[in-house]
Amino acid sequence: MEVTGTTTIRRPVSEVFAFWRRLENLSMFMEQLDDVRTTGERTSHWRSSAPFGRNVEWDAEITEDVTGERLGWRSSAGAELPNAGVVIFAPAPDGISTEIHVAMEYDIPGGEAGKAIAKFFGDEPSQQLDDDLRRLKQLLETGEIVRSDGAPWGKRAREEFPQRPAQPLTPEERKEVLGS
Amino acid sequence: MKATVWAGRNSVEVREVPDPSILSRRDAIVRITSTAICGSDLHLVDGYIPTMQNGDVMGHEFMGEVVEVGPGVPPDRLRPGDRVVVPFPIACGACAACASELYSCCENSNPNAGIAEKMFGHPVAGIFGYSHLTGGFAGGQAQYARVPFADVGPLKITSDLSDEQVLFLSDILPTGYMGAEMCDIQPSDVVAVWGAGPVGQFAMDSARALGAAAVIAIDKEPYRLRMAAEAGHIPVDFTEVDVRSQLLELTGGRGPDKCIDAVGMEAVHGASHIHAYDRLKQAARLETDRPHALRQAILSCRSGGIVSVIGVYGGFIDKFPAGAWMNRALTLRTGQCHVHRYMQPLLERIERGELDPTRIITHRLSLDEAPHGYDIFKNKQDDCEKVVLTP
Ligand SMILES: NC(=O)c1ccc[n+]([C@@H]2O[C@H](COP(=O)([O-])OP(=O)(O)OC[C@H]3O[C@@H](n4cnc5c(N)ncnc54)[C@H](O)[C@@H]3O)[C@@H](O)[C@H]2O)c1
Ligand SMILES: [Zn+2]
Ligand SMILES: [Zn+2]
Repeated sequence: MEVTGTTTIRRPVSEVFAFWRRLENLSMFMEQLDDVRTTGERTSHWRSSAPFGRNVEWDAEITEDVTGERLGWRSSAGAELPNAGVVIFAPAPDGISTEIHVAMEYDIPGGEAGKAIAKFFGDEPSQQLDDDLRRLKQLLETGEIVRSDGAPWGKRAREEFPQRPAQPLTPEERKEVLGS
Repeated sequence: MKATVWAGRNSVEVREVPDPSILSRRDAIVRITSTAICGSDLHLVDGYIPTMQNGDVMGHEFMGEVVEVGPGVPPDRLRPGDRVVVPFPIACGACAACASELYSCCENSNPNAGIAEKMFGHPVAGIFGYSHLTGGFAGGQAQYARVPFADVGPLKITSDLSDEQVLFLSDILPTGYMGAEMCDIQPSDVVAVWGAGPVGQFAMDSARALGAAAVIAIDKEPYRLRMAAEAGHIPVDFTEVDVRSQLLELTGGRGPDKCIDAVGMEAVHGASHIHAYDRLKQAARLETDRPHALRQAILSCRSGGIVSVIGVYGGFIDKFPAGAWMNRALTLRTGQCHVHRYMQPLLERIERGELDPTRIITHRLSLDEAPHGYDIFKNKQDDCEKVVLTP
């Protein structure tokens, strides 16, 4: 399954590229990722749990790394959810912003795991990536992922619709949402 | 705290809800001293804006005192104790829309942008108390409100102007002003305004302040037309005369040079069978909005004129007069108000006495009386034009 997405971020290419290249940052805005850990110059370890209902982990390696232009990666052999991705970074016509174009490829396995993954992506697999990119834009342009009273979850926004009412959170709800 | 909440179609209640707290670094908490009920709130109560949920705190016109700020709000920008008016669109100040001063189209302030994008093609900004489509933000008809991006939106009031003089900078004064500004008013222009509600009244005053030769007020409520007439505008009652003929009469056959729709999706029609046609389609969800005022504005406007739309539309309309619009070279301009753009210059106009926002206030109620306020405002009872609530 291939999903593509694109957005324009009003920050310079160098900054947007550097943010993405630090793979640890990906879990800040990608809903399905719990964390990414750099394990070598071109290798990293990725962990995902919540959306799939259980832990899925894999190693990945960088396949392309052209500073300020292109970044590609691929899961290593034997990954339970084989996947690959490429991001192209380009200056936008306004001379200020950066266009990013993302393409990701998932090789959805059979069995229970495959079913959970297919369910997560739903009828509109690109919606997931669109939402991830929207959060990336919020992070880079405003410093945070936007929260409202009805949708206070930050990067876990989508799974909760219809939402809680648009009224302030109780102290307990706030604690749960902010994790502190 | 106490807050006015949406409790289903045609039902507004004052309920006890949790106090707001800081959720993001750039938040502020405001203790509300004055807040108002808007025509836009009626679209929610009447059930024409989707994605409302039982318990949503209403209200997007409010002001008060800052009681807390998040660590991301610079103290030279805002600090506890400051008296502020809060603009109704929530804007980040950093995206391309904000950089172009299109604050109500902010690309980052709506956590439900994905839903808005599906409905409107591109997302729209977050708005206080205005459905989950515009973010699911609790509103300001309450004792306190959380204000995101507080370093961008709130206008500090340092002079001794009263709440009533500055409260409407949160929405309807800038909205009426933007409606007139979009008309590119020339000294020879006759400007016709559909709707003599609060927004229409301010559009009329603004058109005059921007130099229009004459301003015409179209409505059906005698007390609202009287209010417009007392402010020096020419009243036209659409239930008593044929609007288009009357406008021709008032402009020597030319038609108004500029037309402002300050009515929006719940317009009523002078001819009851036409109203029934659109009401039925709306009820059957074949069209979502009733565009009588918009249609009439387009048909009435002189060739080459501008039709400025500040009345709110939410979905689809039927029988849009595309032929009149295209063949007669009309320009259509519109938008939710980019309030941030207008707050400071309009505050200065108020200080200089060029605009008097208090002239439209007819009811001052406590927050507990909000349901009654909604009732009289919606049903045009007790000569209600604008309700201000004090929490
Ligand atoms: N663009 C924005 O940013 C913005 C901001 C605030 C309000 N609004 C919108 O402006 C509109 C007016 O707001 P308001 O607070 O004045 O509301 P309101 O309901 O008090 O006023 C609407 C007026 O229009 C009159 N009307 C109905 N049908 C008409 C017709 N066919 N011709 C002429 N007049 C007609 C009504 O009698 C009423 O007096 C609403 O749609 C509101 O949502 C837009
Ligand atoms: Zn309003
Ligand atoms: Zn913005």
